[in-house]
Amino acid sequence: MFDVLSRIVRTGILTETPSAAPRTEELQRGIYRILGRALCIRHVDAGSCNGCELELQALNNPYYNLEGMGIKFVASPRHADLLLVTGPVSVNMEEALRRTWNAVPDPKLVVAVGDCAECGGIFGKSYAIRGGVGDVIPVNHTVHGCPPTPTAILSGILEVLSRVSEV
Amino acid sequence: MNPMQSTIFGVFATPLPSNLAAIRCEAQGDDWLRLAHELHASGARLLTLWGADDRDRCRAFRVRAAWLTPDGLVITERRIADTEQPSYPGLAELFPSAERMQRAMFDLLGIRATGSDTRGWLRHSGWPEDVFPLRRDFDATTHYPSQPEPYPFVLVEGDGVHEIAVGPVHAGIIEPGHFRFSVVGEKVLRLEERLGYTHKGIAKLFQNMRQKVGHGLAARISGDSAVAFSWAWCAALEAVTRTVCPERALQLRALALEHERLANHLGDLGALGNDAGFAFGLTQFSRMKEDLLRANAELLGARYLMDFILPGGVDWDPPGYAAGQLLLLYRELEEGLVRMRSIYDEHAGIQDRFREAGRLTPDLAEKLGAVGLAARASGIASDLRADHPWPPYDKLAPKLVTQTAGDVAARVQVRFDEIFESLRLCRALLEALSDGPVRTYIPPAEANRAGIGVIEGWRGPVAIALETGPDGTIRWCHAHDPSVQNWPLLEYAIIGNIVPDFPLINKSFNLSYSGQDA
Repeated sequence: MFDVLSRIVRTGILTETPSAAPRTEELQRGIYRILGRALCIRHVDAGSCNGCELELQALNNPYYNLEGMGIKFVASPRHADLLLVTGPVSVNMEEALRRTWNAVPDPKLVVAVGDCAECGGIFGKSYAIRGGVGDVIPVNHTVHGCPPTPTAILSGILEVLSRVSEV
Repeated sequence: MNPMQSTIFGVFATPLPSNLAAIRCEAQGDDWLRLAHELHASGARLLTLWGADDRDRCRAFRVRAAWLTPDGLVITERRIADTEQPSYPGLAELFPSAERMQRAMFDLLGIRATGSDTRGWLRHSGWPEDVFPLRRDFDATTHYPSQPEPYPFVLVEGDGVHEIAVGPVHAGIIEPGHFRFSVVGEKVLRLEERLGYTHKGIAKLFQNMRQKVGHGLAARISGDSAVAFSWAWCAALEAVTRTVCPERALQLRALALEHERLANHLGDLGALGNDAGFAFGLTQFSRMKEDLLRANAELLGARYLMDFILPGGVDWDPPGYAAGQLLLLYRELEEGLVRMRSIYDEHAGIQDRFREAGRLTPDLAEKLGAVGLAARASGIASDLRADHPWPPYDKLAPKLVTQTAGDVAARVQVRFDEIFESLRLCRALLEALSDGPVRTYIPPAEANRAGIGVIEGWRGPVAIALETGPDGTIRWCHAHDPSVQNWPLLEYAIIGNIVPDFPLINKSFNLSYSGQDA
């Protein structure tokens, strides 16, 4: 136990202020004003190579500390306000993606993460791939990159939120 | 392997271009099964199994199997006549890991292994049953509407038995796949996996692709093994064209491969702590992983080295100060790791969850044909870096790490030991780093030349086999992820465990969905 505590103290607080810091506080207030709680995100992998997943997981590390900003990943689409979708949409995932989208209560947002989610990326469209996320469900915002950095994903989430909170 | 050797178990064999010692032989008729029996008896391990459409050349299909033997790679090939229902003798009775490869081969090419499960594996409902996308006369851009079809899972019956269906969309940031548990109370009687959800038609994309761009697609077969796959691709192409990479390029490739191993192992150790209810572990290890990724971005050009390795060398020459900074990072990581290991080892709660959970006995691992990290945690001493070191590993004497318990705790210990060994290898690579160019010219290969690249990635051996086409193109390419062999292990390791331990046990294998589905 002493080892654990000493390591926690020695590590300190590593969380960085995102570059969009002044806007972040505004957004946090915006999220709270609109939802009255944290923004809940559900991730769906529609057929990715798992590169984007690695960077999504990184958002929860102490440097980015997503939860500290009032944004959290949830286990069910029924609890979600926003769907983060990665990957080109494979034909084998098309139905599951549609059903997940249908399960998210209205109003809902969709952010397509990565070049594949935008247009199918290197996998394009084929017998096995339907194309980008927008070819299957409506998309509000796209984050570029292969894979996009955690900072880029965070900016994408904040971007789509700022559009909503202005409404 | 003796380069003069010209037969294997009595069949004529020729050398095959590869980064390892490799030979291929035509095993027609009964020789196909006889050789499989002989190889099985001699302790060979099945590396991969794939098929190709050769009807335009010789009005036949071809099935190929690659085995790892103490002398190197052995590839056997068999011609399959183009009949109404092309078939070949299946290998699953001898090598159980062949089963899913055979099912995948049928879905893509329409050639059936005798005695094989006839349920679709990669084909769910996205294209008709009588359409085979990997055949050369199939137009890859053809679209079919999905026609949902039921999948008959094996039914377990008995007093109090019920099913739990999980996925394909999982409760977390994970890839998609379906798990069907048959349970009594909390106890798992049987797990059946259904995968294939992320099938992206990669083999079809490779068909007729330009040789000089294929490494980009190879890197995206399984993003967490991008370095291993892109190196395997380049190794195959370089062997075919007899290109010798500059020493510095090879050293940087190995550095990238070890960084990939470090990043994944660090991530897994954190996630395993978290799944055992120890969030502190996740925080500490994800911090170390992020430090490494940031060093990658600054010194090697990207957080994840998707486009670092290309034919003829690497795409990025790190700045002169990189070595100093990396050595400093390794020291910090090592210091943190020593402390974290002792915290994990001495934490009663964690050890209670890790020990005896998801046990895969050495005997079973051997029978099922386990490979890579999971195999080493069950006592199978196999690591290509140590067994068949290709340059630059031939100068590094990598240490092979094994455990025998085969439980979650053993897979954790293997990861710790491999991290320390990786750090040693990274230091040795930096100390011996040669001067000079990081890339050499690679000519387009002539048509009809086959080669195979095999690289020990962090999860196990990844392989890329290919044959060139005319005008600098690829005729066919088969990519293999070690997850193919290791997914079935999970079905056995979970038996008798409780459902809530599944995430922990699953994570301890951490297999790729994308790599298996390709």
